[in-house]
Amino acid sequence: MAEILIKNGFVIDPTRKIDGDVADVAIKDGKIVDTVSSAAKVIDAKGKVVMAGGVDVHAHVAGPKVNVGRLFRPEDKLFKSPMAQKNGYRMESGFSVPSTFKTGYDYARMGYAFVMEAAMPPLFTAHVHEEIHDTPIIDEAALPVFGNNWFVMDYLKKGEIENTAAYIAWLIRVTKGFGIKVVNPGGTAAWSWGLNCLSLDDPVPYFEITPREIIIGLMKANEYLGLPHSMHIHQNNLGNPGNYAITLDSLKLAEGIKPKNKFGREQVMHSTHLQFHSYGGDSWANFESKAKEVMDYVNQNKGITVDLGCVTLDETTTMTADGPFEHHLNHLNHLKWCNVDVELETAAGVVPYVYDKNIKVCGIQWAVGLELGLYATDPNRTFVSTDHPNAGPFIRYPRIIKWLMSKKAREATLDTFKYKDKVIDATNIHSMDRELTLYEIAQMTRSGPAKCLGLSNIYGGLAPGMNADVGVFDLNYKNMPSDPEMIEKAFLRAACFIKSGEIVVRDGEVLGHGHKNTIWVNVKMPENPQVMRDITQSFTKDYTVGLSNYPVRDYLAPHPFVIDVDVEA
Amino acid sequence: MATVTLKPTKTPTIMFEAFNITPDAFAGKTPAQIAALEGREGKIKVTIGDFFEVSGSPGATAAETDIVIAGDCSRVKYIGNKMTAGSITVNGNADMYVGGWMKGGKIHVKGNVHSFCGIGMEGGDILIDGKAENYVGCAYRGDWRGMKDGTIRIKGSAGNDIGTFMLGGTIIIENNAFIHVSTHAEGGTVIIKGDVEGRVGGQMVKGDIYILGKVQYMLPGFKKIEVVEKEVDGVKGTFDHYIGDLGERHPKSKGKEIFANLYVKAAA
Amino acid sequence: MPKLITQVGCPYCGSSCDDIEVLVSDDGKKVLEVHNACTIGNNLFHHANDSTRPMLPRKRQPDGSMKEISYDEAVDYTAKTLLAAKKPLIFGFGSTNCEGMSAVGRVAEKAGAVLDNCASICHGPSFLAIFDNGYPSCTLGEVKNRADCVVFWGCNPMHAHPRHTSRYSIFPRGFFTQKGQMQRTIISVDPRVSDTAKLADIHYMLNQGHDYELFDAFRTVLRGHDIPDEVAGIKKEQILQGAEAMKKARFVMIFFGMGCTHTDGRNHNVDIAISLTRDLNTHTKASIMAMRGHYNIAGPGQVWSWQFGFPYCIDLSKGSHAHMNPGETSSVDLAMRDEVDCFVNVGTDAGAHWPIDAVKHVKKHPFITIDPNFCMASEISDLHIPVRIAGVDEGGVVYRMDNVPIQFKAVLKGLTGVPSDEELFDMIYERMCKLTLTEPIWLAALEHRKYPSVVS
Repeated sequence: MAEILIKNGFVIDPTRKIDGDVADVAIKDGKIVDTVSSAAKVIDAKGKVVMAGGVDVHAHVAGPKVNVGRLFRPEDKLFKSPMAQKNGYRMESGFSVPSTFKTGYDYARMGYAFVMEAAMPPLFTAHVHEEIHDTPIIDEAALPVFGNNWFVMDYLKKGEIENTAAYIAWLIRVTKGFGIKVVNPGGTAAWSWGLNCLSLDDPVPYFEITPREIIIGLMKANEYLGLPHSMHIHQNNLGNPGNYAITLDSLKLAEGIKPKNKFGREQVMHSTHLQFHSYGGDSWANFESKAKEVMDYVNQNKGITVDLGCVTLDETTTMTADGPFEHHLNHLNHLKWCNVDVELETAAGVVPYVYDKNIKVCGIQWAVGLELGLYATDPNRTFVSTDHPNAGPFIRYPRIIKWLMSKKAREATLDTFKYKDKVIDATNIHSMDRELTLYEIAQMTRSGPAKCLGLSNIYGGLAPGMNADVGVFDLNYKNMPSDPEMIEKAFLRAACFIKSGEIVVRDGEVLGHGHKNTIWVNVKMPENPQVMRDITQSFTKDYTVGLSNYPVRDYLAPHPFVIDVDVEA
Repeated sequence: MATVTLKPTKTPTIMFEAFNITPDAFAGKTPAQIAALEGREGKIKVTIGDFFEVSGSPGATAAETDIVIAGDCSRVKYIGNKMTAGSITVNGNADMYVGGWMKGGKIHVKGNVHSFCGIGMEGGDILIDGKAENYVGCAYRGDWRGMKDGTIRIKGSAGNDIGTFMLGGTIIIENNAFIHVSTHAEGGTVIIKGDVEGRVGGQMVKGDIYILGKVQYMLPGFKKIEVVEKEVDGVKGTFDHYIGDLGERHPKSKGKEIFANLYVKAAA
Repeated sequence: MPKLITQVGCPYCGSSCDDIEVLVSDDGKKVLEVHNACTIGNNLFHHANDSTRPMLPRKRQPDGSMKEISYDEAVDYTAKTLLAAKKPLIFGFGSTNCEGMSAVGRVAEKAGAVLDNCASICHGPSFLAIFDNGYPSCTLGEVKNRADCVVFWGCNPMHAHPRHTSRYSIFPRGFFTQKGQMQRTIISVDPRVSDTAKLADIHYMLNQGHDYELFDAFRTVLRGHDIPDEVAGIKKEQILQGAEAMKKARFVMIFFGMGCTHTDGRNHNVDIAISLTRDLNTHTKASIMAMRGHYNIAGPGQVWSWQFGFPYCIDLSKGSHAHMNPGETSSVDLAMRDEVDCFVNVGTDAGAHWPIDAVKHVKKHPFITIDPNFCMASEISDLHIPVRIAGVDEGGVVYRMDNVPIQFKAVLKGLTGVPSDEELFDMIYERMCKLTLTEPIWLAALEHRKYPSVVS
């Protein structure tokens, strides 16, 4: 691979506390290096910002429910293919749920290097990997879901952390997964009978375990195994007025747990799309923001990281393993509803949703997401996301950055709301003057999520030895544009993006398909005979697929980057 | 008003996708520029000039432009697609998507049209002297926002799926229709002056249907509530008033459920 | 020593049973015994032993006869024909693995073709209904473990999906259904007394073509309204009885088949079935599932949705974007309206399953069949290219009727020199790139293709 020298850019690298220094970034053989020879290809970044490739901690980009979103929304494609490549590349389709090709291209255009598929139903692992395989350029990993898994609930009910951990280790290995995802713990299992768990102490039918026990147990199992990432949770009672109380209660469960890992991770709980969980009021009539209350707690507790889940005011497609929530949403908006209950493991629902700026609640949701970002005192623990595509498509990240960096941009959006005054009354956004800096944005989109995922030695920074994923953005650090639209424009289409040491984007146009990796965690742990017997028995009796056909075969993840985790017995 | 005349010179082997035959695309152009407007025949990029001789000249704006197609367009799709103003007259048949996603202006086809006439229509007038195939004034696949406004009048008969997911506007079929009228509709008016086989108003939430002929199979979800006198598109008569689809959800207004209305001309 | 291969997937129906055991000869070239499969599945494995299976492409000669040619020649002809056509149609994929479906996406895009699969003449209307109304569904294990009221509407699994009832829907003893059939209320809706109807506790022998009215009646009753004394030939009391059975059940499962998708109204029959399922979820738990026909006919719907955003009827001729609108871009409509000028039949038999008029229309243009076996389509083709049999001498991912991906194993060594669908499409794609002086776009496909031909 060739050498590249990115010259004279304003380098922003929070991992080394570099904030806008004019410097060069040297690249050789896919890694960042100290120096390169004079033969290196030179990219002039003068007057432009240079950052590491973006890291997305939570997006729904590959797998069965994402594909349901594509399949059942032809109208999401009609006359809608923004940012399509001119020619010589695979065809691009879709707006809120883009095709795999478009997903890879669009992330690359924004200078993103790594994306975490946020919910992989284990039974559908082959599907997830097939899609990852067809997504160009970006590196990806996937989090299998555990929060409603029969084995997990069974072992945790009996207090068996070690068996839980052994099962998790096995499942992450056979699914080529990355860590522990929890979605509406207990609630999704209850949904198999049409029910839900709306408080931490609602018992799951038949299993008689509570969401509280599942959350604590999975955090303990996670640290028992010493995984790179922490337990990654979508909490109970998503999307409802007044849910900030259960959110705080759930976050507090992290207090008793200490992180234990060799990957530099400091949190024990990643609480995802916090926007959907920070609502006050007890009805849609008095619905209001509780972003401050929630962030005050998060700010004080280093054991927690969060991502925002910002509403972008688009017509989008909601999709989540929170089956009962989608059923509930469908009763609110009466649009088409897909659901898939997955035997022994999880469920998922998909419903289109229009975040309409003429609707008060949508305006408040928009404000809540941004308030969370603006209240954050530690941007290294607070990450930009839209829970793509739930609160909006990921191609809106640059717009969120614009809003976070510019009060003017926020006010301009507020001015377009039909119920502007009511939104202002129910939120704090109008009174917040904070404007985040590029350094803080780099923390929220690069160094922070990389550290949270235990991948800080590979992604999120520009130190020698790290992956050569480097974005150059057309923004003058010393002379930022007065028009906030320029911020969105610059981050939507990178002036240049180098992925794994190869130039893949120039002036916002994709130039190549790069070197994509699938990242998975190989947990090595002595075999646990009881757990293996339970698995075998369950596949004989309860599942409808054979155990030998369950592990995803190697050829489906042709460019693996495997992280070994040794668990001491 | 200024008129552009397109005279067919060649029948396309594959269908000609003529999404640029609109007053909006023609306005302000010379005949040569119009002839150079792009279209597609399969994967081949073609021009309007490949299939038509262009004469006359358009107005400065769409509203000032009339298009006359002097001949058959049986293998031409997308005539009047997304047009906002002006008019198109086809002296013959036209294929699919006549007036698709149309916002304003007038289209008059003197022959028959194929399916998807007035799909996703938002305004304007479509008049078809002959018959229409299926999906008159329907929504695009998957869209819950069907026809919003405007008028479609088919003087002949029509097939199935008339006004699916309709939200507003009027569709008049002057002859018979097959099955599925206003399925999933949440507004708008459909008038069928002939007979319909059945499935009238299935899964319908709101809106009005008038059938001046017979409905062979009524849906069980429609209940007769009264007999009313009505004048419908110039025809006076006595109608049996049904409400439905009682199997479907319905919005409430002031505590009362709002149903869709089906008026079927009472037997003499 | 013959070798017994276990947990083999069956390349027959949408049940995609993966508990088949196949005893294979020492040299890995012959199927000796097949255990657990139904008669049809059993025969499919044994077919692979047929010594007359084609091993070389055959091209129609000026005198009308077929002559064997090399794969190179066949690939070249196919590539040139696809490139020359204004709007080729690539149809089929009833018996292809997902690797092949992914590879053909590349070919179709390059050829500016319409890409369609057998759903177009089968469960296509179900897709239309899913577009309009969603799809509250579940995996088949949920049915086995929970369902205590199972409705078979316009389908007859006892014939079409022989092991469906024993593995998933009527007989199995599941986690919460320990008593198996005893615990389940079976409802059949069918104008005929089918073998499934004979098993049912309630059989609605409705008037043919009036499913929509009957669905509407159930919905109306569930909302507490009255209905006429008879709907679709069924008495009111019977309808009330069925509605009550569904309401009282803990888990209602509705399976539907061609009786819904290919009688008048088509997609609307499925659409209102989905509405009924939604309604039932306010009373209890309910799910719905299409009885997909082939073992991987759900596959193209998945693969092409992630590649192009649409499950079938995908018009890629526009270059800039994919377009789908069944009724226009569906295979039989395209054929009948003379909208295509080249036809490629893959892993299906359009010759046998299409309306004869549609076949006559596509027969006016180059007609290519890609299929492991001789079939009606191969015999009227200008070119027949044999490939390995997905699920027998080629493994790969298939999607069961509930869209669960199952990784099928190959049980036999493939015929020498005969490529898989995937390999063949990749050869055609490479040839097309060469002819157009363009670079192929592989993503990870070339590495992906290193599939181990036999997995024990």
